[in-house]
Amino acid sequence: MAVPKSKKSDGPDVAAPALNQQTATRDRSVASIIKNAVVSALLALVLFSLMIGIRTETGPSGQLTYWTRFGELAAVVGAVFVGSIIVETIKRWTGPLGSVELPDTVRRAFSVLGRVLIPALLIFALLVPVIFYNQRYLLDLGILVLTYVMLGWGLNIVVGLAGLLDLGYVAFYAVGAYSYALLAQSGLPFPYFIETYPYVAIDFLQLGSWAFWALLPVSGVLAAFWGVLLGFPVLRLRGDYLAIVTLAFGEIIRLVILNWQDLTGGPNGVSGIPRPTVFGIPLTPGEDGFAALIGVPFSPTHRLVFLFYIILALALLTNWVTIRLRRLPIGRAWEAMREDEVACRALGINITTTKLSAFAIGAMFGGFAGAFFATRQGFISPESFTFQESALVLAIVVLGGMGSQLGVALAAIAMIGGFELFRGLDQFRMLVFGGVMVLLMIWRPRGLVSHRAPSVFLGRQTAIPSSMVKEGDG
Amino acid sequence: MSASSATPLLAIRGLRAAYGNVEVLKNVDVDVAPGEIVALIGANGAGKSTLMMTIFGRPRARAGQILFDGYDISALPTHEVARLHIAQSPEGRRIFPRMSVAENLHMGADAADGNTSESDRSADLDRVLALFPRLKERMTQRGGTLSGGEQQMLAIGRALMSRPRLLMLDEPSLGLAPLITRQIFDVIRRLNREDGLTVLMVEQNANHALRLAHRGYVMVNGRITLSGTGEELLERPEVRAAYLEGGRR
Repeated sequence: MAVPKSKKSDGPDVAAPALNQQTATRDRSVASIIKNAVVSALLALVLFSLMIGIRTETGPSGQLTYWTRFGELAAVVGAVFVGSIIVETIKRWTGPLGSVELPDTVRRAFSVLGRVLIPALLIFALLVPVIFYNQRYLLDLGILVLTYVMLGWGLNIVVGLAGLLDLGYVAFYAVGAYSYALLAQSGLPFPYFIETYPYVAIDFLQLGSWAFWALLPVSGVLAAFWGVLLGFPVLRLRGDYLAIVTLAFGEIIRLVILNWQDLTGGPNGVSGIPRPTVFGIPLTPGEDGFAALIGVPFSPTHRLVFLFYIILALALLTNWVTIRLRRLPIGRAWEAMREDEVACRALGINITTTKLSAFAIGAMFGGFAGAFFATRQGFISPESFTFQESALVLAIVVLGGMGSQLGVALAAIAMIGGFELFRGLDQFRMLVFGGVMVLLMIWRPRGLVSHRAPSVFLGRQTAIPSSMVKEGDG
Repeated sequence: MSASSATPLLAIRGLRAAYGNVEVLKNVDVDVAPGEIVALIGANGAGKSTLMMTIFGRPRARAGQILFDGYDISALPTHEVARLHIAQSPEGRRIFPRMSVAENLHMGADAADGNTSESDRSADLDRVLALFPRLKERMTQRGGTLSGGEQQMLAIGRALMSRPRLLMLDEPSLGLAPLITRQIFDVIRRLNREDGLTVLMVEQNANHALRLAHRGYVMVNGRITLSGTGEELLERPEVRAAYLEGGRR
């Protein structure tokens, strides 16, 4: 067995004392493993004695009945004890992954892999509808994963780059979805002035088959507007305080949607949301449908494939914009703001506009994703926009390694795809999911891809058009 | 007193500032003429750093004026003060640790107008790297991985990227080896001689600072108690007692 690595081994390099020391450290590490396990088990005992140890139920005549389940409690506490020992032992064995010096060949292999990985993933994504044409389920899953990739990239602007912990990102997703759903049904409102009272009338421009394409930017703009609206009250908040307010904001939006029955349909949601068209040509079996036009037999899979490419394009747009912005003064200002707000101010960066722009642009991509979600589902209700969604997207960003585009994509694939993969395990999949999260946080505490490539290099000039440089103002 | 006859670039008149109820600056007057190096020395808690911060609007001046080029800037928000080409290497350096050295330097130029064209910017970058060749080797490294001296060079370099008319240095020698301190002071002297850069510096290291500076101010408990040329102050018994011999004990 490999001797556990000892960080404090400062003894002389003589065989016998060194050996003694190694046994000593091993003893110490065994003791600390057991100590850790005991502490975890005690914690579990306190936590679960009420949650599992006592079972309460409403009796037949409404009275409280309860009984104890000490057997189960003991089993759970025992499992925690043993699990803790196993996890700690594995941890000792491998050590933190980041600190291990990899051999040169392995490192070179990794760097080649890193260079090939992104194009390979991209080509694979482009080919998914071709490869899995006959597997609706996988296509659907691909669309779902890409939606979360896009949401992750959008939130990454706010959390990863600007360092603003946003727990209410789903609010913008909801704003985008409802903007599209409601405007597609009513038509785009155009107010105009009239002579008679009430002086302003509103015309509704019916969008017909162009609804999705016309309203996609509108949804994004509206979400960005709400992003700025959220940004103003939280300008002076950081960290935990910011997290609480954004969490509340997400819930407020959901509750307003839930309760404003006249406008949003409340818990019944909005149905009959128009499906996307191939730039005006509907994907229907009829005479004027896309299939008839290009002369192939109609298949419902066409729409799925089309949706897949829409979300792929939207996600790549998000990624491209983020990468571009990171090389511009505005992106640098976001990152610098994450590092040190005071130093930023002293360099002439206007923190107000920098923060608001991060919220607005992050929210805009959330809005795009929301509009896509609405057109994909054809039906939306407040249930799709719970805190759970915000937490999931945030988990994707954190798991991916804050600020890393590739990491976020991998994390979205792992989280959404992995979750589906374990569908066969029924109720145990949550358990597997939680376990995997814990293990990942032990070995990759800074996310899957913790490396952050600098956006400015010496010797290679980044072209910054002079018209954009003023963006440093905000 | 050899106060410069030219109109001062920075003139502080009757400045008062406080943190809550604690008044830190009590009626401070300081002049900095164009092309001058002015050192502000004093013990811990005398209000030196607060004076620097008040020029940047944090904390706000309670009374008095901060005239830059004759305009009162005491009510401007911090980022607008910086855009007047008043650059600062703040106390504790405050570089951006997770951004590369190159990005840190670019941050200095991003918000300042005047060097917005790409060629101007790269010329400024070359100039800074010529002053601090050490930074050139570290361009792609994260700022946080630099040594203390290199971080100080980065902080000054970042400030220089904004083409400052007034460079303010808060304790540039803090926590640095004597050799590095001397290198940094040499660069400041060079910038002043060759480019006519105006410098206002706060230092604990009175000996070094007063040798470098044209003029100096001694600050005690939020008040300026002495001023004069660097050499004059170095000869003053009260300065020697308080900041030189005492400090060497």
